[in-house]
Amino acid sequence: MSGYEKYYVPDQSKLPIYAAFSMFVLIMGAAGTINAVGTGDSISKYVLYFGLALMGGTLFFWFKQVVQEHLAGLDSTQLNQSFVYGMAWFIFSEVMFFAAFFGALFYVRTFSVPWLGGEGEKGLANMLWQDFSPTWPLLTTPDQGSMYNIPNKSMSFPGWDKMLLWLPLWNTIVLLSSSVTVHMAHINLKANKKKKFNIWLGITVALAIFFVGLQALEYYEAYAHYGLTLNSGIYGSTFFMLTGFHGFHVMLGGFMLAVMLTRSVFYNHFKPGHHEHFGFEAASWYWHFVDVVWVMLFLFVYIL
Amino acid sequence: MSAVVESHDHHHGPAKGISRWLFTTNHKDIGTLYLWFSFAMFLIGGAMAMVIRAELFQPGMQIVEPEFYNQMLTLHGLIMVFGAVMPAFVGLANWLVPMMVGAPDMALPRMNNLSFWILPFAFGVMLSSLFMEGGAPNFGWTFYAPLSTTYAPPSVTFFIFSVHILGASSIMGAINVIVTIMNMRAPGMTLMKMPLFVWSWLITAYLLIAVMPVLAGAVTMMLMDIHFGTSFFNAAGGGDPVLFQHIFWFFGHPEVYIMILPAFGIASHIISTFSRKKLFGYTSMVWAMVSIAILSFVVWAHHMFTVGMPLAAELFFMWATMLIAVPTGVKVFNWVATMFRGSITYETPMLFAICFVVLFTIGGFSGLMLAITPADFQYHDTYFVVAHFHYVLVPGSVFSIMAAVYYWLPKWCGNMYDERLGRLHFWLSFIGVNVTFFPQHFIGLAGMPRRIPDYALQFADWNMISTAGAFLFGASQILFLFIVVKTVMGGKKATPEVWEGAQGLEWTVDSPPPYHTFSTPPLVK
Ligand code: HEM
Ligand SMILES: [Cu+2]
Repeated sequence: MSGYEKYYVPDQSKLPIYAAFSMFVLIMGAAGTINAVGTGDSISKYVLYFGLALMGGTLFFWFKQVVQEHLAGLDSTQLNQSFVYGMAWFIFSEVMFFAAFFGALFYVRTFSVPWLGGEGEKGLANMLWQDFSPTWPLLTTPDQGSMYNIPNKSMSFPGWDKMLLWLPLWNTIVLLSSSVTVHMAHINLKANKKKKFNIWLGITVALAIFFVGLQALEYYEAYAHYGLTLNSGIYGSTFFMLTGFHGFHVMLGGFMLAVMLTRSVFYNHFKPGHHEHFGFEAASWYWHFVDVVWVMLFLFVYIL
Repeated sequence: MSAVVESHDHHHGPAKGISRWLFTTNHKDIGTLYLWFSFAMFLIGGAMAMVIRAELFQPGMQIVEPEFYNQMLTLHGLIMVFGAVMPAFVGLANWLVPMMVGAPDMALPRMNNLSFWILPFAFGVMLSSLFMEGGAPNFGWTFYAPLSTTYAPPSVTFFIFSVHILGASSIMGAINVIVTIMNMRAPGMTLMKMPLFVWSWLITAYLLIAVMPVLAGAVTMMLMDIHFGTSFFNAAGGGDPVLFQHIFWFFGHPEVYIMILPAFGIASHIISTFSRKKLFGYTSMVWAMVSIAILSFVVWAHHMFTVGMPLAAELFFMWATMLIAVPTGVKVFNWVATMFRGSITYETPMLFAICFVVLFTIGGFSGLMLAITPADFQYHDTYFVVAHFHYVLVPGSVFSIMAAVYYWLPKWCGNMYDERLGRLHFWLSFIGVNVTFFPQHFIGLAGMPRRIPDYALQFADWNMISTAGAFLFGASQILFLFIVVKTVMGGKKATPEVWEGAQGLEWTVDSPPPYHTFSTPPLVK
């Protein structure tokens, strides 16, 4: 190991404990607000807003400080490598979060719904609601109680003739292209073509916003026209939770990319060198991850 | 570049006063915080256990209401798992991993401090639920739906969110450990030269990152079921309460290995030192841990043999579980082989470590009994299960933590602990643990159900003995507190090596080590 550089160990910092405190305020506000739905309590809501603001502020100053330390040349190649590993493992943790929901989808489709309908080894469960017959997408519920919204239509593949009006197809096209555009941005950054980098990155952010718009439209259709809601039994539950968490991650990833665009356009932060633009690279990894999740969703939630 | 860094070197020592602890980025400070926090939680969770055991001293209801009993039971489990054992191991990792791999600090020091400070807030929220309307969570540490959804007290919402931030803390802590190990090893320290404690934590951290998000998913589905009308765990809407158990145990079984793998690492260090021999079978120790970690992902449903799974699943999970006994056996064999013909001395850490090997093995055997599906139909949800997991967790995980404290405390604070008091603490704990938990095997096999505040008369004698043991064990931990405080305050000065012939980079620096160790990495040959 030649030319050993000192590893940068930051000074004392108030940011971590502020972040922990914001989390505390945030969860007190969130839990209080959720518990108070339908009662007259109005304070928790403000605690929640306050927590969000605190959290946002803390993260802003935290990232700002990291960027400044980078610009001051404090971080060695080795520290940069720590960020690289850190981001990779963080994405792995996100993969496992989605795995829980995909696992739930797999379980209800392969086991619990067929069993409730009398099929398979545990078909005895059918004795609970004897006229329930299982299908997927499940547009009914075993118990026909009034607490469930029974939808008239699912979100699945509508057939080749209506394909072009099917939003998920467009969402797939939009998101896949955005993975390509963010990659183009990266190539141009490495070739030191800043202008092109900004343009490709800008297109990516625009596609992200477009995706969220289409998704919102799809939700609107589901709620307003199809009667498919969170209250529609297990199909609605898995559909909205999977696509909802994905959509939330799209917003997060899109926001990260937008921050990178701002940093590039207004502050000219990134350089072509291998360790001179990890902020952007991390955001783009995140973006590819969000893209892969969508492909899985498209397959398992919409098509199969 | 180094010119800029030099200008930042004014922080040679710790800051003064409380701000040192609040704002620190130093792995030793953060390690200390974790360890003290864990000890505080150990006492709080322990006090709850005393309430439980006091109620069980005699049949009939004497001391608490059944509702409150359930809350104590639940909080005791949650606090011991997430508040005592896990943070203690993270504290040890903080203190030891950077010193053992020759790094100046953890890879991401500020995030390290965040991981710690989340914990007091999360447990503050969880404990405050005791004073909320409807009381604290009362559904057991495994929080099975629908007990934790349809029938839960309103405080469950606070519980859910505190689990979320606990998970965030664990994930960040684990990322920090992994990155430190992967990226900050001193030149020359190849993977297969790493101390076993470091290896054990590398694997543990991987397990944490893989399963804590799954736990977050589980509590999120609960939240949605409770408040937003989804049907994940509700058969009426097409979901399944058993789905909850699958997701929970997909997290839960790797979680029990998260609580034992670092203990394996600790035992390997201590047994080798006090046997004055090189550890027997280093490579097989590493592979055993790796295979245990992999297998731990495919055994989860051994907790669910009685819920009515298809026969193929019952068989698969039975055999897969038994398979784990093979690498576990390799480890026990290697520890014994290390001691074989060693020049053993019995200082307190070694007493705890030997006791760890023996009693953990008893826990492993009762685990094997539970893994036999048809037998588990009889044992499930009885005190036999309680005896099993307390044998692996108390004289397993907790004793290994105590062994580690006695072993490394002289390094951390520069003073030797009082050997006589240490041994006294060991023997009291050893007797206390066995008197408490061994009889639970008998009453469990005889059919006493767990998680019920009252029991049939036939179980009275053994329960009385068990309670006596529990209070002995609890009281001896006050002695532990006293010993640790006394050592930190003063005592015989420790040499850098502390223990004759101890191996590893941490023994090459002063006791106590300077605030920043290995600013320049040592060369490992
Ligand atoms: C040889 C290794 C092991 C085997 C074969 C084994 C097997 C089992 C089985 C089959 C059960 C379910 C019993 C039932 O509920 O009917 C169980 C429960 C449990 N085991 Fe183990 N186990 C092993 C090691 C461990 C270790 C190392 C730990 C923790 C350090 C642990 C902690 C637990 C806990 C906490 C429970 C009870 C969970 C609950 O229901 O609250 N086990 N074990
Ligand atoms: Cu298990």
